[in-house]
Amino acid sequence: MTLPIIRLSGLDKFYGEFQALSQINLDIKTGEFFSLLGPSGCGKTTLLRAIAGFETLSSGSLQIDGLSMEGVPANKRPTNMVFQSYAIFPHMSVAENVAYGLKARKLPKVEIKARVAEAIDMVGLQGFDERASHALSGGQRQRVALARALVLKPRVLLLDEPLSALDKKLREQMQSELRRLQRAVGITFVLVTHDQEEALTMSDRIAVMFDGKIAQVASPQILYGKPSTRKVAAFIGMMNFLDAKVLAASGDNVEVEVQSLGKLTLSLEQATGGLNGCDSVGVRPEMLTILTGSQTSEREIEAEVTEVSYYGDMTYYDVKFPSKEDPITVTMRNTAGREVLEVGAKARVGWSTSSLLLLK
Amino acid sequence: MRGKIGFFRWFIGFFLLFLYAPAMLLPIFAFNASSIVSFPLTGFTTEWFLVLFTNETLHLAARNSLLIAITTAIFSTLLAVLAARASTRFSFFGRRSIMGFVMLPMVLPEIIIGVSLLVVIIQMGFELSLWSITMGHILICTPFCIAILSSAFMNLDKSLEEASFDLGQTRWNTFWLVIFPLVMPGIVASLLIAFTISLDEFIIAFFLAGTEPTLPVYIWGQLRFPAKLPSLMALGTVLLLVSIGLLLIADYFRRRGIRKTGIENTGGFL
Ligand SMILES: Nc1ncnc2c1ncn2[C@@H]1O[C@H](COP(=O)(O)OP(=O)(O)OP(=O)(O)O)[C@@H](O)[C@H]1O
Ligand SMILES: [Mg+2]
Repeated sequence: MTLPIIRLSGLDKFYGEFQALSQINLDIKTGEFFSLLGPSGCGKTTLLRAIAGFETLSSGSLQIDGLSMEGVPANKRPTNMVFQSYAIFPHMSVAENVAYGLKARKLPKVEIKARVAEAIDMVGLQGFDERASHALSGGQRQRVALARALVLKPRVLLLDEPLSALDKKLREQMQSELRRLQRAVGITFVLVTHDQEEALTMSDRIAVMFDGKIAQVASPQILYGKPSTRKVAAFIGMMNFLDAKVLAASGDNVEVEVQSLGKLTLSLEQATGGLNGCDSVGVRPEMLTILTGSQTSEREIEAEVTEVSYYGDMTYYDVKFPSKEDPITVTMRNTAGREVLEVGAKARVGWSTSSLLLLK
Repeated sequence: MRGKIGFFRWFIGFFLLFLYAPAMLLPIFAFNASSIVSFPLTGFTTEWFLVLFTNETLHLAARNSLLIAITTAIFSTLLAVLAARASTRFSFFGRRSIMGFVMLPMVLPEIIIGVSLLVVIIQMGFELSLWSITMGHILICTPFCIAILSSAFMNLDKSLEEASFDLGQTRWNTFWLVIFPLVMPGIVASLLIAFTISLDEFIIAFFLAGTEPTLPVYIWGQLRFPAKLPSLMALGTVLLLVSIGLLLIADYFRRRGIRKTGIENTGGFL
């Protein structure tokens, strides 16, 4: 077991009376692509800036590479940051921007030149060396910011919503490029984002934050497949919730009652956040199917289609059970020969007990 | 609709006429070959300008004015850099009211500043000198400099500083490598504005001048002699050109600064 590159323990941050971060405990592993994900205002930037050294901690400790960062200013930390606004120095050329940190380290001119060229190459900005930085596009600025930080070979690269200013197409392209870059350089990346899709596709692990607290830290698969609370489940992708009551638990089995589905026996593992306080079951829309013709499923329930949203490759159905509960969503892939149902149509919804999660 | 626009045009026209027609009289009479300042014009001469070259007292006054203006420009800008930086970057108790008080001399009648400074200096037993005028000028110029520099500092993205620090540079070097080059145009503009204001300031200079007059005080003194009037017109023409020139240069630098930081140009005085 290698030492975590970043270890946060019991970290609190107050702005006056307001607590922006509370009791953050987090280990980030060396060389991983780690994301901080959460809604606006949950404290992601504050946490990232605390790691970078721009915010002082109210209490708790921060270790980078096994060393306490207490009293270590930002310019002495083995971290570099890519700012949301990119913060490219407007009065310098691309090459001068990239060379900035190396010059601060007073490296020999020859080495600076070689490393700058290498970094500019790495981010695909060959030939832009002498370009004035205000004459760059958003994507190019982003690359300069990356090159400027990576050229210093930091132990950790911190990125604060680096893709949010780019349009969709460019954003997707930069996502895979960032991932490729991270694998190539092997540096630990800590990415702040409020875009769950971005976090899922890019990260090795993700910390989901709400209101200054970490709700869950897990790999994308686990976060999506086994979210520990209802809040996390609702934030990552779509999830249907049905009120449920835990009747009994014995050994590995949990007896629950769900209004429309009746009494069910689930495995204890399906209570991903522990059994205490569970009051609903959740199921992902794609875990449900609308059965056609002679198709059968482990379980079936009659429902009525109340809303149809057609997305080309997928159709989103809102269906209502005979009981009084709110409609739930079912997504179906539009494979060959599958008919798109209309509002008001009767549908047989197929489901299985193993796809349910017991959540609080 | 048309009527409104028409009225507006007339208004602008008259406004500009009132504003600039008197100033336009200066060069006209400066080149008029008559010692009496009145229409009709009698001929063309550069005699009045030549007179300026031989007038010793005028040279002394001009030298005093330059000295004061340069000192004022440097000190006001220096103070304004500190104030602008503090007010845009740090939040401290009573920042708004402190900035309000610092900016107050901009709207305070100069005669009040002049009289009160005179009282203070005399009470404290100091001699009136070029220094006392300089102090007064720094007092009234600093707010203008702060206004210019505040916008220069405010336009500066805070993350630029943080980025520099993050890349391993010290705070001191960050100031010189990142902040200073980016606010440089603002500093030049501030220097020029303070210089211009100080150069033609009369009231404070009049109250605080001891035995050494500044240029405006000298001009005022000469107005008693009608024969001197044409050469004063010539002097006025020179000052007018210098002032306009300096303002143009100041605005050029302000615009260049805006272009450099990539921010859209908003307003300005030219
Ligand atoms: N300097 C500050 N003074 C007071 N409150 C602050 C300060 N900086 C941040 N906050 C507050 O702390 C909370 C967390 O802010 P933070 O910037 O970390 O959010 P975030 O998760 O990055 O949000 P976003 O996705 O919108 O960037 C917010 O409620 C914010 O208002
Ligand atoms: Mg943020």
